[in-house]
Formats: sequence, structure tokens, C-alpha cells
Amino acid sequence: MTGLFYLPALPELFIALGAMVLLMVGVFKKEKSYETVSFLSVLLLTSVLVIINLEYIPLGYAFNSSFLSDDFSNYTKSLILLSSIGIIIISSGYLKTIGIMKFEYPVLILLSVIGMMVMVSSNDIISLYLGLELQSLPLYVLASMRRESKKSTEAGLKYFVLGALSSCMLLYGLSLIYGFSGSILYSDIASFLSENNSNQGILFGLAFLTAGLAFKISVVPFHMWAPDVYEGSPTTITAFLASAPKVAAVALFTKIMVNCFPSLIDQWQLMIIFISIASMLLGSFAAIGQNNVKRLLAYSSIGHMGFVLIGLATGTISGVTGLLIYLTIYVFMVIGTFACILSLKVNGTNIESISDLSGLSKVNPMIAFVLSMFLFSLAGIPPLAGFFAKFYIFLSAIESGLYALAIIGVLASVIGAFYYLRIIKIIYFDENINVFEPITKRMKLIIYITAIPVILFFIRPSLITDIAEKAALSLF
Amino acid sequence: MENWPILSIITFTPLIGVLFILLINAEDEIGRRNIKLVAAYTTLVTFIVSLLIWINFDLTTSSFQFIEQYRWLSGSITYHMGVDGISVLFVILTTLLMPFCILASWHSIKFRIKEYMIAFLVLETLMIGVFCSLDLVLFYLFFEAGLIPMFLIIGIWGGAKRVYASFKFFLYTLTGSVLMLLAIIYMYWQSGTTNIVELFNFDFSTASQTWLWLAFFASFAVKIPMFPVHTWLPDAHVEAPTAGSVILAGVLLKMGGYGLLRFSIPIFPIASDMFSDFVLILSVIAIIYTSLIALAQEDMKKLIAYSSIAHMGFVTMGIFTFTQQGIQGGIFQMLSHGLISAALFLCVGVVYDRMHTRSINAYGGIVKNMPKYAVFFLILTMANIGLPGTSGFVGEFLTLLGVFKVNTYIAFFATTGVVLSAVYALFLYKRVFFGTLQGAETKTMNDLSYREFYLLLPLVILIIFFGIYPAVLIDVSAVSVENLINNYNNALLIKG
Repeated sequence: MTGLFYLPALPELFIALGAMVLLMVGVFKKEKSYETVSFLSVLLLTSVLVIINLEYIPLGYAFNSSFLSDDFSNYTKSLILLSSIGIIIISSGYLKTIGIMKFEYPVLILLSVIGMMVMVSSNDIISLYLGLELQSLPLYVLASMRRESKKSTEAGLKYFVLGALSSCMLLYGLSLIYGFSGSILYSDIASFLSENNSNQGILFGLAFLTAGLAFKISVVPFHMWAPDVYEGSPTTITAFLASAPKVAAVALFTKIMVNCFPSLIDQWQLMIIFISIASMLLGSFAAIGQNNVKRLLAYSSIGHMGFVLIGLATGTISGVTGLLIYLTIYVFMVIGTFACILSLKVNGTNIESISDLSGLSKVNPMIAFVLSMFLFSLAGIPPLAGFFAKFYIFLSAIESGLYALAIIGVLASVIGAFYYLRIIKIIYFDENINVFEPITKRMKLIIYITAIPVILFFIRPSLITDIAEKAALSLF
Repeated sequence: MENWPILSIITFTPLIGVLFILLINAEDEIGRRNIKLVAAYTTLVTFIVSLLIWINFDLTTSSFQFIEQYRWLSGSITYHMGVDGISVLFVILTTLLMPFCILASWHSIKFRIKEYMIAFLVLETLMIGVFCSLDLVLFYLFFEAGLIPMFLIIGIWGGAKRVYASFKFFLYTLTGSVLMLLAIIYMYWQSGTTNIVELFNFDFSTASQTWLWLAFFASFAVKIPMFPVHTWLPDAHVEAPTAGSVILAGVLLKMGGYGLLRFSIPIFPIASDMFSDFVLILSVIAIIYTSLIALAQEDMKKLIAYSSIAHMGFVTMGIFTFTQQGIQGGIFQMLSHGLISAALFLCVGVVYDRMHTRSINAYGGIVKNMPKYAVFFLILTMANIGLPGTSGFVGEFLTLLGVFKVNTYIAFFATTGVVLSAVYALFLYKRVFFGTLQGAETKTMNDLSYREFYLLLPLVILIIFFGIYPAVLIDVSAVSVENLINNYNNALLIKG
């Protein structure tokens, strides 16, 4: 180990310091504290994003090998940072509408981002758990940020109780794994397992670990909290919950399965296949009956996580590549969709139900077009990016011979297409009933920035797929 | 000239038109008129450019021409375009029908003209792309993406039950296609390529051929459509605006037949042989069953839609005889049906614009005040029946010739379909044109306007011309079809 021992963790330290400074700024600046802090936090995240991608920070281990920064973690960190930047930018208008312009909001997001970044860089089970908790705690607060709203309070409480439960399961699983293998380092556990392949205790721990992580990415059968929490939270936080924490948790899931339990693939593959099939089907069927946009997107995200887990179920390089490509495109689609929904206001309040969108295409054809492109993309219709996300996932599934999984997956995507089409039908075919307020420049900016890669992805897919492949390779 | 990426130019010219339309303000009458003009000129230019590939097309070779290949997805999934004798005519058919669609919508589309024209031009790009692509993934991309504009065309500008029809259309087609996607991916891992030309020479094992063939068939059978997955078509046709019906019957259905010729037979010859009886029987059922249903229809568009399914039954039947006559007849039938059904839907659009009903009972005796229209409709009815001297005859005759060689029973039953088609088509003609005038409104109907007259005239002339001199089209596909059949027979010989 050469140089400063904490050097690879510099981005995390940088954000942590920044968050504290911003807290002070928020306290001492009486007026417009939210605007200042939110602007500075975007600046902070952007600079970290640039630093990571220009490779100024050396890759490698830090903190006595409990922290590892490599291509994989850099890729997922970039995704997390991108989505957090997007969320902070789209938040201000919405927060003003609901009257919670508090400077703690961006700071809490920053703290959660540090947690996520530690998660994806974790190299032992202690840093895994620390990162996970640091990620979750600010999210509980953010979910219940609308103190006067009963639903928001309920969402925060529900999220906290179930999140704590899942952390318990996770911790229990981790302690079993540590107890039986005698090490907390991923690599040591892996080498222990390659010699003692059928260790019952570790299998037990693995099951608990899987359950705990499945809670965090809200996949069947641990998904029940998602629709309620998504519905109750402030919409911008719903968008955040649907993007960055999922990326972090899926990346962590992938990392620990591939790095720590490669020799137990027969065992965890079955679990993940079950989770994946159940999530895809539930996500498709349950969303059909929803009329609340946020609940619908909650089920939609359950379904999408099902597709993402197909990539993990293969346990191959192409599977992880597909998973990373899917996550990337998913983040763009989700933030774009939420930005569209957030930008539509009727009589001073943000729309909540799908039927509010009726006839949008006549009033605002541009947003209607972009929103329906996002929806077609979520449904996986070519030539939009969502199709390629599914394409790469199925490519890896067929390569690994998971035919049943692939067939159920495509059929679920057809069922899923139905409810996305239903929204498009409301936007395009129905008569207009609402008068929408004009859209702010800031929202337009985010909407177009997310829409362009989604619509034009097919021209040069290799821009993303090459980087994703490189990132996946570093994991193996 | 040789080095020009001519196929890409044809494919993407409509998108340039879209860019221009996007710049035009659709708020006032002049702007809307300009949008229509830009769309019309774009489709015309595309048509004229596409004639260049017909002129420069080498009739003596069965290999692909005007090839373009660029790096695209990963190493072996490339942007690969090219045409051979089977596909070149479909490209021309597409570009030929598009100006008619735009002109047919000139007055009948009253709102959201900008979006309408954009949807049609995007659809044109995607349709041409389907017939030109020589890479499975690229093909799938074009094939599936066409759903989006067509869904919007039916759903926004369609009739009363448009939502139901558009959803049915979308979900039926999507279900078939996703299975094909999995098959494509499987083929990629088996052979290491999605290049169609290389796949022609790759031998898939018999077992995997069976599954792959079924997956592809699921997609194409829905698209053609074949019995029993044809039920989306009548709904889609009835609800779609006139131009939507024209393009649906004229081009979109042909993608299914084209797909069978391009993929199913050359890449999975053994499975094709195995399932040939199955397809022949389904085709015959489609011919007789849908002809009988057509007899009972009260809606003009629905009747023509069911007759389309019957005519596409001849196509699949001809293709799966694996004879020179059968396959060439199938291709000819597709092209001729593309013209005839397009013209018939335009004709229905003419009276629909005047009366706003498609119910057969609402008309009657209109030959008295619409003589020119009656003449056109009569020629088209005869072409639809397959009267010698029209292009409809050549296709049906050749396919039946092919089937007689292979299976006399099938041929016998299929021939009854010809009689049935005469029954429903003449019955329709009699009820609409002869008898006494129904109601006061029909009396005030004017004969064809200049626009309508010159819209129908070229199609009718082409239908008669190809009926009298079919060699123009048959020669184009002859060498490619011969090669297709040779390869097919060789593959069967090797497997024993």
C-alpha cells in the first residue's frame, strides 16, 4: 500500500466535509439558505463526478482493505452522483409548492450519497453495513419531510420500521457469515468458501443477507413497503428513492455475490431467479390497477428491479454488464419521468393521479411527446433506450441458458407495456380537462437532458456499453 | 453513384421531412398547408429516389446489392443494409403508397396535422428499414418501432372504438415480437452473429430450428395475420383513418410474409419443411373461414379487412409450397394486394368523407350520381376477386399452381376461396352501387373530385398493367427465389 492510505476514498471524504460545511452555511445564512445550499451541493456533487471520471483519484484499497475503489465502483458512483444532481435540481420548484424549503434537504441527500458511495466501494462486511445505514437514515428523515402531511409521516415511519427490520436481518446474516468463515473481508470469505463449499451456517447467513438486500431494493417478496412509502413521500424524494439508492443497493448486491460467494452460485442463483420472476410479474400485474402516478411508478420500479436482477442471476460478466447498462438507462428514464410529472402543475398543486394527464398532448405537445417517449422506453419498445436495456439483459440470460427466466421476462414486459400504454392513451387520446401551468426553465433543462440519451441511445450504444463492460470486468 | 449509401438515403429521407415539419408553425391555415406540402414532397422525393434502386438493380444475381455496413452495437451486430430480388420490390411498394396516404389525408384529417404527418413520415422510415436491413437486431428495431407511430395513428385519428383497437393492435404484435427477440438472441449466441447473410450458411440443429422457427412464426403470423391470431386486424382497420388502413393493408401486413421468406425458410429450412403442412392448413382455414365471415359483414372496411386476411392466406400458402411458382406467386400476391387493398381502402375513404358512415346499408344506388367512382370500384372489385387481366389474378393463379403440385386437397379447398371472394365482393358492390338510393343524403353525394380521381387512377392503371404484363415484377424476384429454393432443397438433402 503506497501513498496516503485514504487517498482512494477522497471523493467520499470530500462530500462528507462539504456536507458539514454546507450545514454551517445553512445555519448562518438566514435568507435564501435553501437556494444557496442546494446550489452549492449541486456544485459539490458535480465536481466530485468530474474528479472521479477524470481519474485524478488513484484506484485501489483504503482503510486497511475495507474500502476498494475500482472501475465498477466508479461507474456506479457516477450514476449515483448523476441521479442525485438531477434530483436536487428538480426539487426546488416542488419544495416551494409544498412549502418545505429547508436547507437540511440537500444536506441529507449529500449524507445519503456518501452512504451509497461507501456501499458500492465496500470491500468487507463492516463497511458494507456502515454504508447501508448511512444511506438509509437520511432517507427516513427525507421521506417524512412533510411533517404536516399524515401520509408523509406514515411513509417515513413505515420506511423506518421496515428498514430497521431489514437491517436486522442483514446484520444477522452478516454475523453468521463472519462467525462461520472467520473473516470480514470479501476475498477471505470467498477463499474460505472455495475450500468448504457446503457450510450450512454460511448458507443460512447468505439467505438472510439476500433478504435484507432485497428489502433495500424492494423486490418481491420484500416489496410491500414500496408503494406506500413512494406515495407518501414528497415526490422528489420518491424520485430519489426510485433511482440512486436502488443503483447503490443493486451494485452492492452484485458486488457481494460475485466477489464473496462465487462458489455458492448454485445456491444464490435460485433465490435470485425466484425474486426476479416474482418481481417482474408482480410489477406488471399490480401496476395495471393503479391510478396514482407515484404508486404506479413504485410498482413499475419493482418490475424493473426484477429485470435488473436477471443480470445478477446469470453471474457472468455479460450479465453484470447488462445489469449496469440497465441501471444507467433506468436512472435516466426514472428521473426524466419524474421531472415530467413534477413539472405539471394544476391550480398551484402538482398532479398526483394519472387521469390528471388527460389531453396533455393538446396543451403542451413537447412535454407530452417526451413523457410518452419515456413511457415507451420504460415499456421497452425500440428504438428507445429501454429496449436496449432489456436487450442486453436478455442477451446475458440466454447466454447462461436461463431460458425460462428470459421467456417469463419478455412476457412480463408485454403485460407491463399495457399500463404504460394506458398512460400514453390518457395523454394522447383523451380530451383535455386541465389547465397546466407553464413549465420552468430548470425543469425543461432536466427533462431534455434526460430525454436526449433515452431517445437517441440507438445511434451510438457503445458510448455507454463499452464503459459498462469495462466496469463489469473489474469486478471479476 | 455506386458508392452512395443509397438505401440509407431512402430510409432516412422521410426523417429530413420531419425536421422541416417540426420547424413549421401549425397554428394557422398556411402553416398547416405547408406541413402537408412538405410531407407530400418528402414522400414523392423518397419514391423517386427509390426508383433508382430499381433501375440500377442487377436482375442476374441473387446476392444482396447496394450493401452498406457500419459498426453499431457490438462487434458482430452491425448496421447492415442491402436488398435482393425479394426485398427490393417491397421497398418500392412502401415508397409508392406513402404519397397516396398523405394525399388521402389532405382534407379528411382535421386536427393535429403536424403530429399526423410526422407519424406517417417516421413510419415510412421504419417500414423501409425493415425491408432493407440485413442484420437481425436492426431488423427487429425497425420492425418493432413501427408499433409506436401506428399505435398513435389509430389511437388519435381513429374512429369511435379507437382505443380498444389500438391497444389490441399493439399488444398482439408485441407479444409475437418479443418471442422473436429471444430467438434472435439465442441465434446470436449459437452462431456468434446476427448478420443475415452469414446466418444463411449456418446450420442450426434440428431441435433448435424447431423452437426458433416457432418463435419467428409467432411474430410473423400475428403480423400477416394468420388464423387464429387475425382478430386484431378487422378492429384496427375499421378504427384506423383511411391512410392508416392503406398503410396497414398495403405494407405492414407484408412485413410478415417478407419475414417468412427472409428468415424462416432460408435460416430454418428443416423446421420449415416440418411445419409446411401446418402452415398450409392454417392458410386454407384462413382463406375459407375469413371469406365466409366477410360475407356477413355490414361494415365496408371490415369486409375488406377480412378479405385481406383471406388474400394473405394465399400468400402463406404459396410460400410454403417451396416451389418457384408458389413463392413467386406469393410475392406477387403481396405486391398486388398491397395495391388493390390500398386502392379499396381509399375508395371507402371517399364515401366515408361524404357520409361519415361505413355501413353498407347506408348506401345503395350511388352509381347514379357517382359513375366515375362506380367504375373505379368495379375494376378494384374485379381485381380483388382475381379476374384475369388484373394483378389479382396472377398472384392467386401462381400460388394455386404451386399448391397443386404439392397437395391437391389443399389446392381444392383453396380454390373455393376464389369463388367465395367473388361472392362477397360482388355482393358488396351490388348493395352499395345498385338498387334504389337510400335516404336523402346519398342523393347529394358528388362524384370524385380531381384529387380523388387522380389518387385512384394511377393505382388502377398499375393494377391493370401488372395484370397484363406481370413479368416486370416476376423477373425481379426470379433469381433470388430460385436461389432460395435451391438452398432449401440442398439443406433438406444434407439432412436426408
